[in-house]
Amino acid sequence: MSELKRLNTVTLDPSKCKGCVTCMKRCPTEAIRVRDGKASVIYDKCIGCGECVRLCPHHAKITSYDKLDVINSYQYKIALPAPSFYGQFNNLDDVNYVLSGLKRLGFDEVFEVGRGAELNTLATQIILNKDIIPKPIISTACPAVYELISARFANLKQHLLPVLPPVDISAKLARERAYKKGYTDEQIGVFFISPCPAKVYALKSGFGVKKPYVDGVLSSSEVYMKLLPVMKLIDYPDNMSKMGVTGLSWASSGGEAAASMRSKYLAADGIENVIHILESVENGTLNDIEFIELNACTGGCVGGVLNVENPFVAKARLRQLRIKFPQIANSLADVGKPADFYLCEEPVESDGFVTPNRAEAFTRLMEIQTMYQTLPQKDCGLCGAPSCRAFCEDLVDGRIPKDSVCPQLNKG
Amino acid sequence: MADHVHLEYVVEGDNFVSAGSATESVKACLKGMGVKPEDVRRVAISMYEGEINMVIHANGGKATADIYMDKVVITLADTGKGIADIELAMKPGYSTATDDVRSLGFGAGMGLPNMKKYADECLIESTVGVGTKVTLVTKFSA
Repeated sequence: MSELKRLNTVTLDPSKCKGCVTCMKRCPTEAIRVRDGKASVIYDKCIGCGECVRLCPHHAKITSYDKLDVINSYQYKIALPAPSFYGQFNNLDDVNYVLSGLKRLGFDEVFEVGRGAELNTLATQIILNKDIIPKPIISTACPAVYELISARFANLKQHLLPVLPPVDISAKLARERAYKKGYTDEQIGVFFISPCPAKVYALKSGFGVKKPYVDGVLSSSEVYMKLLPVMKLIDYPDNMSKMGVTGLSWASSGGEAAASMRSKYLAADGIENVIHILESVENGTLNDIEFIELNACTGGCVGGVLNVENPFVAKARLRQLRIKFPQIANSLADVGKPADFYLCEEPVESDGFVTPNRAEAFTRLMEIQTMYQTLPQKDCGLCGAPSCRAFCEDLVDGRIPKDSVCPQLNKG
Repeated sequence: MADHVHLEYVVEGDNFVSAGSATESVKACLKGMGVKPEDVRRVAISMYEGEINMVIHANGGKATADIYMDKVVITLADTGKGIADIELAMKPGYSTATDDVRSLGFGAGMGLPNMKKYADECLIESTVGVGTKVTLVTKFSA
């Protein structure tokens, strides 16, 4: 799993890394170390949130995604644009320019992820009404939040929404359409145009599904750059969009929760705020809330690091766009699938939730705590770990030699 | 080496920004040692209630956690005004919180009842004018 994460989240360009501690100090899960003058990621701890990519002053973090050329390996190419993608374009007054442009770029079909988002919303409403999941129900749409919960809030797994994320619902439906046209799995290539690296990892690792429905994950910015010149040539786009305000709203924080049609909802964005809310749920102080939407990025998906535009600008543009849309453009009846079509095919807590051996873990905690007491507790970062506690963990877990000494103490 | 981990925290009075940080630190330790989620949750709820009580009613105080392999003993000691009638304070819904505090969503009168409900042992010692000490013991299921 660690190797899959390394390949599909973020890697480092050592030639650009200056060994500053910006990323190390700001990583929300303390997954970065700076040793021998370069930063490195501990992938077991990484949740793919992209915070280090956003913060690196030297642009030394490389996000992983598939290059647009990969679509050419497939005979029937399907594009799945995320709702946040439309917010990247200046002066866009009709999303059909984007959809038509994608076709001219070489895709045979375009299926808006906003459609999957609307179907997710409708399936979620059924779950909320059925009272089968303990409240508050926590959305699983943001993959970095899911990784965070599985790593640090295993307590809350029974609160996780078991509905497939919008991109998987869209991919599933688009794939079925292609089958009807006579194409086989080998011929069909389904590509998500993603705002973030966390989605790259989630889709490649197959969160919630038995086998990934998506063949590749493209970056919002790369597709944007290729699409702009193509879109300029379109006089009258084909009317392809089948999405409402509900689906479009998923692009920014609060959209998914508001669509759940419940008044007792909460939406938090930005990874520190997300952690704070999860702590509160654990402490039992949010029992009056029915639905919680959490987004690792500030502003929601518009804040993803694979986007080109500032999240607040993108959000403002989307607000302009929504004027043209109906409230909702999809219905479960139109699609005609049974309810479980929209549900996760595997238990949402299947990966990640590991319980350590108690005796070993207790000894580890005691060792860490004993050592921690001997340190200055200044969290200076000189040793290459983000905090004194992380230094102790590295030592006890064998990531650094047993005889490593705190540089502050070494000074004498 | 000692047979348990001893942790100490200073809880600041009337500081709603830092309220809960002692609980969060203890939770992190318990999760790290593989304590069952249900047990972590019981500790979280009861300790948080105690911590927030010290913030609201007692101008802060000191929290300690002694973590053993099979249980955690938490103490929350303050030098606040004390509880005159512990039995009354244990009644769900009874609260002496001010309107200001209630407007923040606290002071519902569930603090002490929840501590008793979620911890395996809950001992409250209090002297009016001297202070209150709450001891919570939570045993971990195997």
